[in-house]
Parts: sequence; C-alpha cells; structure tokens
Amino acid sequence: MKDFGFSVIKQRTIDYDQFDGRLLNEVLEMEPSFKVCLSCGGCTATCSAADLVSFNVRRMNLLLRRGETVELETEIQKCMLCGKCMLVCPRGINLRNVIMLIKKSIHKYKPVNL
Amino acid sequence: MKFPPSFILPFTIGLLFISCFLVIIVGIWISELSKIDKSRIVHNIFTRKSLLAIRETFSESLLHRKIFRKNPVLGYMHMSLAFGWFLLIVVGHIEAYIHYQSFSVPAYKAIFMRYFITQQSITLSGKILAASMDLLLLFVLSGVVLAYYKRMNSRMFGMKKTTQLKTGDRIALTALWLIFPLRFLAESVSAGVHHNGSIISQPTGHLLSSFLPIQSVEMPLWWAYSGALGLFFFALPVSRYMHIPVEVVMIFLRNYGIKVQKRIDGYSRIQIYSCSRCGICLDSCQMTHAAIKDTQSVYALKHIRNRKITDEKLFNCMLCGRCQPDCPVGLELNSLRMTQRIESTKEYNSSYEYLKNGKVNVSPQTEVIYFAGCMTHLTPAIIKSMKEIFAVADVKYWFMDEDKTACCGRPLMQIGQYNAAQKLIDHNREQILASGVKKLVVSCPICYKVFKEDYALPGITVQHHSEYLLNLITDRRLPINKMPLRIVYHDPCELGRGSGIYLQPRLLLDEYVELIPIQNEKASAYCCGGSLANIKIKMNERTQIRDKALEEYCNYEPDILATACPLCKKTFAKSRILPVHDIAEIVCMSITKSAEISSKTDSEILCKNVAIK
Repeated sequence: MKDFGFSVIKQRTIDYDQFDGRLLNEVLEMEPSFKVCLSCGGCTATCSAADLVSFNVRRMNLLLRRGETVELETEIQKCMLCGKCMLVCPRGINLRNVIMLIKKSIHKYKPVNL
Repeated sequence: MKFPPSFILPFTIGLLFISCFLVIIVGIWISELSKIDKSRIVHNIFTRKSLLAIRETFSESLLHRKIFRKNPVLGYMHMSLAFGWFLLIVVGHIEAYIHYQSFSVPAYKAIFMRYFITQQSITLSGKILAASMDLLLLFVLSGVVLAYYKRMNSRMFGMKKTTQLKTGDRIALTALWLIFPLRFLAESVSAGVHHNGSIISQPTGHLLSSFLPIQSVEMPLWWAYSGALGLFFFALPVSRYMHIPVEVVMIFLRNYGIKVQKRIDGYSRIQIYSCSRCGICLDSCQMTHAAIKDTQSVYALKHIRNRKITDEKLFNCMLCGRCQPDCPVGLELNSLRMTQRIESTKEYNSSYEYLKNGKVNVSPQTEVIYFAGCMTHLTPAIIKSMKEIFAVADVKYWFMDEDKTACCGRPLMQIGQYNAAQKLIDHNREQILASGVKKLVVSCPICYKVFKEDYALPGITVQHHSEYLLNLITDRRLPINKMPLRIVYHDPCELGRGSGIYLQPRLLLDEYVELIPIQNEKASAYCCGGSLANIKIKMNERTQIRDKALEEYCNYEPDILATACPLCKKTFAKSRILPVHDIAEIVCMSITKSAEISSKTDSEILCKNVAIK
C-alpha cells in the first residue's frame, strides 16, 4: 500500500477483497425497494427508538452495505418496528421488512471466529 | 356361513381406515390442548353447551345457514350434499333396522341395501321409506349437478373466485362427484333386475333394461359405487374434506369456550383442518385489489396444514379481519395466522435492555393520561386538535408520549413478536401505573387495542378518543355546533373489527356533521391499505388497495372523509382525492367555529352598543 503519510486504524479498516455481501444480496433480493434508498435520514429523524437510545436506521444501512454484521446485529435489536420510518420514507421503502429480513438471516452470515 | 359379496370390501376397508384415523388424530389433538382447555371439556361435556353444539352442528355443518345467507344457490348446493347425504345414511339405517328387525346390522347392509333386499316392501311404512330414499338421492344429485356447474361458473353462486385444488382434493372431489350418480345407477339397475326400487329407481331401472344388459352390469356398478366410497375415505385425510368430521369436533370445543391460543396447539390444528377451502374468504379479501391472489386465509391455512408456509405468504396479509365474519365455519382466521407468525419469529425477539423508566411526575389533579401513539406523531393535526379540546373542556391531562416514549408494542405483536412486545408493555405499564391516573385516552386504534387487551391495567379505564370525546359531550363539557358538512366515516380495522367500536365515532360525528351511511361499513368496512401487520406488501400495492376503497367513498360525494386512526388518515391523505380528517379534528373544527361565531356575536353586540351610545 502506498504510504500517504496517514495512519490507518486497524479496527476500522474494511477490506473489500474480504467483503461478505451475502446478507446484503439476500436482503436486496427479498426487498428490492431497499435498493433505492438515498440515505436522506428521514427514517432516523422520526425513529421512536432513536429517541431513547443511540440508534440510527441510516447507519444500519451503512453497516449492511459494508458487511459489518457483528455491529449490525447489535444495532438491529434496538428497533421497535413501530413503522414510522416506513411512513416518512420518500422512496416508499418497506423498512420493517428489511429489519425482519436482517433479523432472520444475520446468524447465517456472522463470522464464526467472533 | 354365507360370506358377503366381495364388492363391499373397498367401502368396508375405507370406513375402517377413516374411523381409526379420525379416532387417533383427534385423540392426539385433544391431548395437545392446554390443561385449562382439557378441564373446560370435562366441565362442559354434560352441560347445555353440548346441546348447543349439537344444534350448531345441525344448522352449520348440515344445513349451512351461513352460506345460505351469502348466496341461496351456494347454500342449497352445500345443504343438499351435506344434509341430503346425512339423511340418506340415517333413513337407510332406519330402513335396514326395520327390515332386519335388529339394531346390529352391519353398515354395508344399510349402505348397499337395495342389493341385499331384493323383494319389495309390502307395508305402507316400508313403501314410504323406500320412496323417501329415492327422493333424498335425487336431492343429493341436484347438489352434485350444481357442484359440477360451480366448477365451470362460480359467479352464479355469488362467488367471484373459487379455490385452486391440490391432488388430494382432486381425488376426493372426483370420488365425491362419482359416489351419488353411481349409487343411483346401481340402485336403478338392481331395481330393474329385482323389481325392488321405488318411485324413481324403478322406472329408471325399467328404462335401462330396455337397452342395457342390466344383469351383467349390476355387479360392476355396485363395485364402482363401493370403490368410489372407499376412495373418498382414503383420500379424506389428504384432502380438504377432512373438514367434514373435524368441523364437528371444532364446534363442540368452541362451545366449551376453547379459543385459539398464542401458540400452535391441538385446537389450532383442529381449526386448520376445519377449513373447507370454500373460498368465500377470497371475495372479501382486499389483497385481490392489488392482484395478490395467493396469500389469503384459505391458502395460508392450506400451506400451514401442509407445512409449506413461507414468510412471503404468511406476512403478506394486513390482518384487517375482513374475511373473518364471512367464514361459514367461523374460523379464527387472524388468530391462526398469528400463531404461525409467533412460531416463525420466536427466535428473533429483542430484549430492549435500553428501556429505563424515569420518575413520573404527574400532578394529583390530573384527570387523564393522553397517549397519542407513534402514528399520531406523524399526523400532528390530531394532537393539536386533542390539545385544544382538552383546553376547551378544561381537562387536566398528562401527555405521556409527548417526548421520548416507547412504542405501545402492537406493531411488534402483529409481526408475531409477542415476547419483544411484552418488554415494551412492561415498560409503559409501569409508567401508567406510577402516574396514579385512572383514565387513559388513546388516539391510535393500534395502541388502543393493545392497551385494552394486553396491558393489564387494573382500575384504569382505557378509551379511544372517539369514546372519550363522546363522554365529554354527554357531560356537557364540549360545545356542539353542527356544521353543514357531508361526511363518510371510514372504520379503522383495529377499532372496528379489532375492538368492536362502531357506534361511538358515529354518535360523535352525528352531533357535528351529517353522516352518510355507506355500503361497506362496520364489520365489512374496507382496510385503508396502510396496515402495519403486512411487512411484505409493496408500496404501489398498498396504493391500489387504498384507491379502490377511495373509489367507493367518492361515489357518495362527501365533503370530508372522516376516520379515527392516524394511520388510515395518513394513508388516505396521500391520495389527495378527498380531504381526510380524524374525528378529533372535526370536533375541534366545530369548536373553533362556534368560538369564532360567539366572538363575532360578542363583537357585533359591542359594535351595536357603541353605535347606540
């Protein structure tokens, strides 16, 4: 790797050669509406759970797309499935289904050594 | 010893098989019931409830009264097959008992009586019985003809759609369709040979003998009839016709007070097997408005029974409950789907450990706890109206979920996550009880249902705002100013079919506006399409369902579409076809108007006074 004079924090490194996109692909296949997310953050702004705890639906999207399944699993548990995000979404994404799909499938794709 | 003819074998073996099968399977299901349900059976079996169950079995399983109400031709078809067949068996046995002068006549001798009793009856009662057997067979045959025709044209029977069949159903259906024509032919041919029939079989026998070698076709026809019966009995466990015996068991258990629990048990299996797959639920299902045709209750129950239910089908239902009142068997369709949803998601319940209850500071004068609900927070006009109403009526209230409050738990429950929902319920419940206030007013029917049914709030009255506002009017705490507006009221699913509140919103609206009665209201009201219970439906499909409902509402040309649910309001409002308002907004509108009028009158009086001076 070329040295640009910056240090790299090892834990935050995402190696795209090692990227595991299986969960992402499964979710996008089962809920194609999630493909059109524009990360506006409307969901996060209205979220009932985010009122009570540090929870960010948009971040969940990011974790999913980065393949960070361990953090994603912890995050996803916070959702109360109230459905407000779905109603404010300008793209009409079926977010409750996205959450349930992740909840149901995540254990299949979690790294075993962790 | 004389052996019976061999053609009775298919029937006898079939009957033996199905009897053993039913005893074993019903035994297993009953053993799977909870202890409380088992004790319900023991306590009620020798009471009036058993008589009521017998009456219900007679009126629903045999006469099919509910189907008659839906469509008389469809009702007649079911009644002629069920009641006609039942009478054939009963009268046939009576005839056999009289002839053999004994009650220990084997079943085959009664079923194939015209084969065994070759001489004609000489007594009047014998002649009457024989004639009534012929007429009963004709009655059943008329039902079979209608059934043939229904497969080709279901619309004549008041049904837009009919269910798709699977192999087991096809075999049993073919056997059922063949049983009665074959019986008629066999009896007629025997009548031709032995001159033993009655008013219909005898002339038919004579007619057949004119062009058929009836002596040589007699035995094959009895074989065919017995074979069709045997085939029907063997196909019964893998076909929808299992509903015939299981429905009777279900009716008895239901009369003993047994209900579908929140887990799969013997009773939920009995209900699943009681589905006759008549397809009447298909017609009332709004999913068909969005061309979704494979997730309806009838298919969900079929897939659950065959253990082939997928999440795509299980969760693609709005749980609006519109199919439930139409079900002629009276199945708890929503609860059955819920048990399956609970099973399907039981491993994924969150623990919500982050929920921490703070101190509740509520003044002792507080009259009411107001819980708007998540959805109401997205329709702030409702909250604004409620606040104004509280101010006008001078009600001291605590706005429980004004800021940072957990969801009520119902959306989780609708997905089957009862354990997760319980955490939210416990959290909110603690706060409600700590407040010491004795009345909880809720603006969202989704929250209302869960507060009412699952929160266990002793001494606390839970009211939807429609009930509460009506109470305020009765107590003369709110002014009434009738507005010249024509209004169509949309019953929210969770408030109407879900909680049985149809009257209060109507009484309330009657005070303020002109309410137009519509065709699909109350128990048959439409769902708005926005239901949180469906996590699989696409947004454009929701829109199609919504637009179809709006289409009907627009026919009445209302000034406003009123509803009592923030989610329904939000769903309908997006269409921009009709102005949509919650009943709280309408009440508030009227109050503001009357305030304007009174302030106007005050200022007019003031002006006049000034002018006089």
